Amino acid sequence: MNLFGKKSYFSLDNPEDKRKNDKRRQQSEPSIPDGMWIKCNTCKMIIYKKEVTEYKLCPNCGAHFRMSPQERIAVTCDQGSFEEFDREMLPANPMGYPDYEGIIRKAQDKSGIQEGVVTGRCRIEGNAAVIAIMDSHFMMGSMGSVVGEKVTRAVERATREKLPIIIFTTSGGARMQEGIISLMQMAKVSEALGRHDEAGLLYVTVLTDPTTGGVTASFAMLGDIILSEPKALIGFAGQRVIQGTIHQKLPEGFQRAEFQLEHGFVDRIVHREELREELGRILRLHSLSGDCKEEGEWK
Amino acid sequence: MNESMKSVTIARMIERPNARQFIQEIFEEFMEFHGDRLFADDGAVVGGIASLNGMPVTVIGIQKGHSLEENVQCNFGCPNPEGYRKALRLMHQAEKFHRPVITFINTSGAFCGIGAEERGQGEAIARNLLEMSRLRTPIISIFIGEGGSGGALGLAVADQVWMLEHGVYSVLSPEGFASILWRDSTRVEEAAEMMKLTAGDLLENHVVDRVFREPREGLEKNFTETAEQLKKALEETLPQLQRLPEEELLQKRYDRFRQYGEYTE
Repeated sequence: MNLFGKKSYFSLDNPEDKRKNDKRRQQSEPSIPDGMWIKCNTCKMIIYKKEVTEYKLCPNCGAHFRMSPQERIAVTCDQGSFEEFDREMLPANPMGYPDYEGIIRKAQDKSGIQEGVVTGRCRIEGNAAVIAIMDSHFMMGSMGSVVGEKVTRAVERATREKLPIIIFTTSGGARMQEGIISLMQMAKVSEALGRHDEAGLLYVTVLTDPTTGGVTASFAMLGDIILSEPKALIGFAGQRVIQGTIHQKLPEGFQRAEFQLEHGFVDRIVHREELREELGRILRLHSLSGDCKEEGEWK
Repeated sequence: MNESMKSVTIARMIERPNARQFIQEIFEEFMEFHGDRLFADDGAVVGGIASLNGMPVTVIGIQKGHSLEENVQCNFGCPNPEGYRKALRLMHQAEKFHRPVITFINTSGAFCGIGAEERGQGEAIARNLLEMSRLRTPIISIFIGEGGSGGALGLAVADQVWMLEHGVYSVLSPEGFASILWRDSTRVEEAAEMMKLTAGDLLENHVVDRVFREPREGLEKNFTETAEQLKKALEETLPQLQRLPEEELLQKRYDRFRQYGEYTE
């Protein structure tokens, strides 16, 4: 159902649409503006756009730019293996928030996707997995009913089909415009992960910049294995909120991936160019010993 | 002041009876246990074992104080990770000994500080959500005052969620809502109204299963009657939940939280 009158949907396999969406994205993303030159927000260097590869790294300092689900799929999943779930799901307006439909439509235009997460299944270096990828370009990756429901369904499907699940997180937290129902999504996704866990299946989270609030306080922190991209901001409370509470200066590197590694909340920090290979290896090592080898195969 | 904002104000009153008072009033033989066995004892979370008319139970509450001094002890009812982990330890203990769990919620939210982040506030809450969803013993959560976001939910994944008449429960404070979404902190009342955070609104949304009346003169003046109602309700409900086969209990709890979400496809 097309409630918000959006005429076109992006297709992950159609290069024409992808180009269109890329263009739209570049126009609205401050870190990569349209034109020949872009400025890296980390090293402040002006860089030639053509030097930025499909991994979206700063050619000067190696900073990991924020990625869209389409870009993530392209560098993570085996070519042509991604099959999307629940693509048509759209939010309602549980709290009656003024012009929520308009806000959603704008976010769709800006991001080129329907809602804050893309879910589906794929192969990574030959290994089957269910995958969910959040998008910080869509209302800061906030979790409302659709994000919660799509992730929960993906987890439940992985449980049914005895597949591992990989979730790429990036989120500002709960979707405030949906009120208390957005808070309930945290419990919903977590309970589904509890069942996946009890079935002896593998859950890997890949934390990307930024992962905060209700997503950190639910599925981001529940992986059997928690990977993170370098320097990603990962935390529960926002830095301004903390500063407002304690009136102290925050330490250098506070809530970055390296900080979380040091404090024991992240297993490994993985450079984006090595992520596919590492995920492939993790999946393979688990399929050798677990139940997911025979029954988890899908064609 | 609109009705929603009235409830917000009442829920936050420093005189409002706190978790420890409700525990003392409803249960007998309360014995407090301390510590998460990992880092520290969090004064914001009170917990232990007690008896409800002879039935052993585990009780846990988020504690607010009536004075500045008391509030320093309990960090104004804002738990640190060790508070959530203490609660989880006590809940696993309850599961082992087949005791039901009753949690009393009253917090503006989980504490936002450097130490809380260093010790994994997000992980602590996340773990509680997952573990509570599969805890093999009945859980009832009672919102007696403020229910602030993930900090409240971290002790409220329950078979039944109850609330006092002027309790509130929301994804963030109305002040936060107005200043973040509208960049206008003067629109707090309007935010409170829109957020549907009152007991009545939440009952309608099925976030809350049951609401308990507060006395006209104010809960702080007379809470024995409300505590008595809660006690009676617990005495009726807990045996019903305990009689359910474990798998059915867990399935019902799963379905309770699985239903939330409004979308089209």
